[in-house]
Amino acid sequence: MDFSFTDEQMMFKDQVIRFATKEIVPRSREHDLMGEFDFQSFRKLGEFGILGLHFPEDLGGSDADVVTTTLAGEALGEAGVDGGLNLAYGAHTFLCADTIFAHGTDAQREKYVPKLCSGELIGCMGLTEPGAGSDVASMTTHAQKREDGYVLNGNKMFITNGPIADVAVVYAKTDKEQKHAGISAFIVEKDTPGFSAGKNLNKMGVRSSHTSELIFDDCKIPKENLIGREGAGFLMAMQTVEWDRSALMAPFVGGMTYVLKRCIGYAKERHQFGRPIYQYQAIKHKLADIKIFIEASRALVYRIAWSKDQGRLLNHLEAAVAKLFIGDWSLGPANDAVTLHGGYGYCHEYDVERAFRDGRLAPIGGGTSEIAKQIITKLI
Amino acid sequence: MNIIVCLKQVPDTETQIKVASDSKSIVTDDVKWVMNPYDEFGVEEALRLKEKFGGEVTVVGLGPKRVTESIRTALAMGADKGILISDDALEGSDSLAVAKALAAAIKELEYDLIFTGQRGVDDDLGIVGAACAELLGIPQMSIIVKVEVAEDGKTVKVTRPVEGENLVIESSLPALITTQKGLNEPRYASLPGIMKAKKKPLEEKTLSDLGLDAAGFGEGGRKMKIVELTPPPARAAGKIVEGETPQEKAAELAKLLHDEAKVI
Ligand SMILES: Cc1cc2nc3c(=O)[nH]c(=O)nc-3n(C[C@H](O)[C@H](O)[C@H](O)COP(=O)(O)OP(=O)(O)OC[C@H]3O[C@@H](n4cnc5c(N)ncnc54)[C@H](O)[C@@H]3O)c2cc1C
Ligand SMILES: Cc1cc2nc3c(=O)[nH]c(=O)nc-3n(C[C@H](O)[C@H](O)[C@H](O)COP(=O)(O)OP(=O)(O)OC[C@H]3O[C@@H](n4cnc5c(N)ncnc54)[C@H](O)[C@@H]3O)c2cc1C
Repeated sequence: MDFSFTDEQMMFKDQVIRFATKEIVPRSREHDLMGEFDFQSFRKLGEFGILGLHFPEDLGGSDADVVTTTLAGEALGEAGVDGGLNLAYGAHTFLCADTIFAHGTDAQREKYVPKLCSGELIGCMGLTEPGAGSDVASMTTHAQKREDGYVLNGNKMFITNGPIADVAVVYAKTDKEQKHAGISAFIVEKDTPGFSAGKNLNKMGVRSSHTSELIFDDCKIPKENLIGREGAGFLMAMQTVEWDRSALMAPFVGGMTYVLKRCIGYAKERHQFGRPIYQYQAIKHKLADIKIFIEASRALVYRIAWSKDQGRLLNHLEAAVAKLFIGDWSLGPANDAVTLHGGYGYCHEYDVERAFRDGRLAPIGGGTSEIAKQIITKLI
Repeated sequence: MNIIVCLKQVPDTETQIKVASDSKSIVTDDVKWVMNPYDEFGVEEALRLKEKFGGEVTVVGLGPKRVTESIRTALAMGADKGILISDDALEGSDSLAVAKALAAAIKELEYDLIFTGQRGVDDDLGIVGAACAELLGIPQMSIIVKVEVAEDGKTVKVTRPVEGENLVIESSLPALITTQKGLNEPRYASLPGIMKAKKKPLEEKTLSDLGLDAAGFGEGGRKMKIVELTPPPARAAGKIVEGETPQEKAAELAKLLHDEAKVI
């Protein structure tokens, strides 16, 4: 067992933190407050290579392993980038681009992956429906086969980057009679007639990411837009969701390191009853709890990243554990961070209330905690 | 065009500096060491010139082994080669001694331009660049915010801000330029850049490798002695100017500026 990062990985993490601190973080607070997507920062993530880290260099990526990719996500959070932009990046890279890369044809890869890596195109992924969330195999969006392609009808719900995406990976039933085995994955481009996105939903957290419905109304797509083969969509979705439950969690974990740093700084500076509140045991325990959460989460997330680098592509049990732990157990420490800041913690400027709101998504998105427990109990 | 960039490692500007118990040095235990920000401008400018004219960028650093990390960062940004001058006898050297060692290392190389920072953000002395140019017998242009090398690569035109105006200086090459904020926006090292840097040559040299006598270096060789380091005095609390009307407030402010602050 080797828990160390290489010098190159540490240097890269340091560069990501410097980059994010200077180029992105000064814009995070405002974009969260206004609920606006930060196109400029997203483009910069592309220019710096973050959006395509784990893809091959000839497709516009950096040939990074999964550990390094995960480290970059953690670094974004650690620098203080808001959860909204981090989620937008995660959905774009892991839920959209990775599916095209992993299961698409050479033509599909060459057409989309380089432009997704650079940020020239923004990607999203549509799996959830208004009536099918946890029970996703009950989806009703239908892809009817015609001679020259497919006609999509139905709605997707809660789609990150939905209103701003240029490319969507969409899951739909090619065989209505079947559950899992009837699902196929498709690429749908923004301007395809019959395809539209709803308006951005006003959310509690991750506010700078835009979330909407995707609407398909007799939307015709060419047959080249099928990803992989018909009926293989559910397996792809599960592979996607595994990213959702591991690498995509890294910015949350890094975000807690940022929160801890804010808390330590504040507790040392803030005096009540004649001394810094840092000296009170009640405060020390809060800081310790946050650190415990961070250490445990890092171990879970990097274990999955490492395992992927060893060639074990699917780690459903570990991913469900990581997702559940990070989702449910971050809420206590995030809550403590707000309390520790007293009245200031409740105000926007201190960033801790944002972390609290952003973190609240973790037990819902990518499969709820209840579903994670179902998976865990099925696999033990 | 071959370019040399001198690199110093300094405490990260965010580090809380604490004076050590000897009152002559700082506590280095918790210090995060980074490339001097002015040297980053030098690396960036050198890389831009290389992209235009071709040639090689060599980074020359001096200090303990940890300086390797900053040289690697410069290599990851795109520099071609690194040299670290490292010798226990260098510990405690003053700026002149540092310039002597750098000049000795640079003398062995082919170069058209040398960049140094206009100062290190640690000691803020601003001596090394000028001293190095003197020792090498080449022109020196300091505190530069714009560098234009002629198409034929034989001369350089630089801009130095002076009291809100610009002084434009032209020089033959080789020459030494000290960098000022505003020269450029240094790039970040990308992951592919970092991976490539691993394989780039990084040579280590001692004083004797450079043909220098250790006696002229270190604490003993200092021409300039540090007498005492003191932290800046704690800033006094601000004052809110009182008054019923804007006129009253303005009058009060003028009085304070004249009588107390003594600035008008
Ligand atoms: C901000 C945000 C971004 C999102 N981004 C995307 C995206 O990009 N793409 C995408 O496809 N989806 C996305 N989602 C959707 C997300 O994956 C779903 O919200 C999630 O899977 C839950 O589905 P649901 O909302 O339909 O809840 P439901 O499935 O209706 O669940 C409601 C409650 O019932 C519980 N429950 C359901 N079934 C069971 C059971 N059998 N036993 C016990 N409890 C059960 C759940 O745990 C939950 O507490 C996003 C959601 C949000 C909030
Ligand atoms: C939206 C809002 C509305 C408000 N409205 C009003 C109002 O109308 N009128 C009004 O007067 N006030 C108001 N308040 C102020 C509120 O009562 C204070 O914020 C609260 O009492 C906490 O004080 P503080 O913010 O100074 O935090 P601090 O007292 O600085 O506390 C910071 C942290 O240190 C902890 N701490 C402090 N001392 C100790 C100790 N000895 N041992 C252990 N832990 C300690 C606290 O529990 C907290 O976690 C409001 C606050 C908010 C956020």
